[in-house]
Amino acid sequence: MTISGDFGVWIAALLTLCVFSFLYKDNPLYKFAEHLFVGVSAGYYIALNYWTVVDQYLVVPLRATFDGSLPGGPFDARMQDYRAWLIIPAVLGVLLFTRLFTRLSWMSRWSLAVVMGVYAGLKTTGFAQGDLVAQVQASLIPLWIPGNLWASLNAILFTIGLVTSLLFFFYSREHKGVLGGVSRVGVWFLMISFGAGYGYTVMSRVSLLIGRFQFLLVDWLHVR
Amino acid sequence: MRFLELDRIDRRWIFLVVGLLVLIPLLWPIGLPIVPTTPVRQYHDAIAAIPDGSTVLMSCDYDPASTPELGPMAETSLRQLWDKRCKIVVTVLWNGGAAVVDQTIEHVADEYRARGVPLKDGVDYVNLGYKSGNEAVMVLMGQGIASAFPRDQHGRVTTQLPIMRNVTDYSSFPLLVNISAGYPGTKEWVQQVNSRFHLPMVSGTTAVSTPEFFPYLQSGQLRGLLGGMAGAAEYEVLRKERGAATSGMDAQSMAHLFIALCIVLGNVVHRTRRKEGASS
Repeated sequence: MTISGDFGVWIAALLTLCVFSFLYKDNPLYKFAEHLFVGVSAGYYIALNYWTVVDQYLVVPLRATFDGSLPGGPFDARMQDYRAWLIIPAVLGVLLFTRLFTRLSWMSRWSLAVVMGVYAGLKTTGFAQGDLVAQVQASLIPLWIPGNLWASLNAILFTIGLVTSLLFFFYSREHKGVLGGVSRVGVWFLMISFGAGYGYTVMSRVSLLIGRFQFLLVDWLHVR
Repeated sequence: MRFLELDRIDRRWIFLVVGLLVLIPLLWPIGLPIVPTTPVRQYHDAIAAIPDGSTVLMSCDYDPASTPELGPMAETSLRQLWDKRCKIVVTVLWNGGAAVVDQTIEHVADEYRARGVPLKDGVDYVNLGYKSGNEAVMVLMGQGIASAFPRDQHGRVTTQLPIMRNVTDYSSFPLLVNISAGYPGTKEWVQQVNSRFHLPMVSGTTAVSTPEFFPYLQSGQLRGLLGGMAGAAEYEVLRKERGAATSGMDAQSMAHLFIALCIVLGNVVHRTRRKEGASS
């Protein structure tokens, strides 16, 4: 067994062990790793966002537009990203920071209004096309598929699950009698789906643990 | 009755058992069978069905936190695409992801170079990097990939890259391969691109978000689906590879067995207590 000589791997491995120590009980090593993570993450994401978003898509194109280094003038649409129109999102971005000043904070609402308007439009049309229409269409399936008993049973089960689950969320009448029975079946379907969701969640979390152990064993300790 | 005191057990014993059940199979693999399921076969077959040499869009929407689950499926997807001599245009919509995705691409590309396949950055593949804007970027790419990503991850002008000569918008791709950790990811690609631009897509997702995407698979909006580490391992088995996902599945199965046992025992204890309470 030859332990890694990489300084970065050692830092990552020791910090992983510091975080794992919380499983025994809260302690200064865990606190150190936690605070370090929060601080480094904040700094890293600020720098990353500045250089990959603000600089690349705003500062550089605007500078190139106004320093006369590009042909076609500052408002020439042929220049793709090098357009003076970027001044508008730049101003809207700056206005967001007026929230830091109580008397001017109302100005940030203009930027927020643009963001909300754009995303509300995108989300609504996306949901209508991608979920509502497509899913309703996909739910209208034949219950009997000749020559394929398994597919037919699957389709019948799917339809029962769909109808009973929907009726469970029908609150205009008390869940008694037929409606009560049907919605109880719906609850069973919902419970099974929650169970599947829980199983997948466990898989996700265990995968993270496996990932860390693989890092410690392979990258740090070179065991396998 | 000592059995009924199980629910008062110090939870650190449970952590220890889970830790050992994960660690021991990683050191000494058991070799439990991994059988590819239909969604995974569909994912594999959808990629296999595209013409050899096509240019494929691959959006890797994850960051280092999801790498244990999504890294293996991204690597296997790259291998399947490059085995078909496809060219790959990669985008990233998670701001912490561009560097880790770049690392994954280069790692797999180096494997091919070592085997004598001269894969060239900018010719056979390109990482266009991260762009903020989530759904807005997806819609913008529909008007032109290069206008949405004027420069790639390494600052090169996108339109000057050989791989981008025949790439205009979504109509340039036969398939979108999406590796997704959450928002923005598979749901948004289905809503904004698959339904609007009719670009066929397959998706590999974190296990925690997988149940949300089965309706898309049933409706045909997704041509295939990889769910978490299990999906990645099944995909590796289909491709006859033995990657990180396959080697982690013994540990995964053992941990699941133990958690299932805990749930059963917890319910037995709870019911017994309730019965005892009712009878006393």
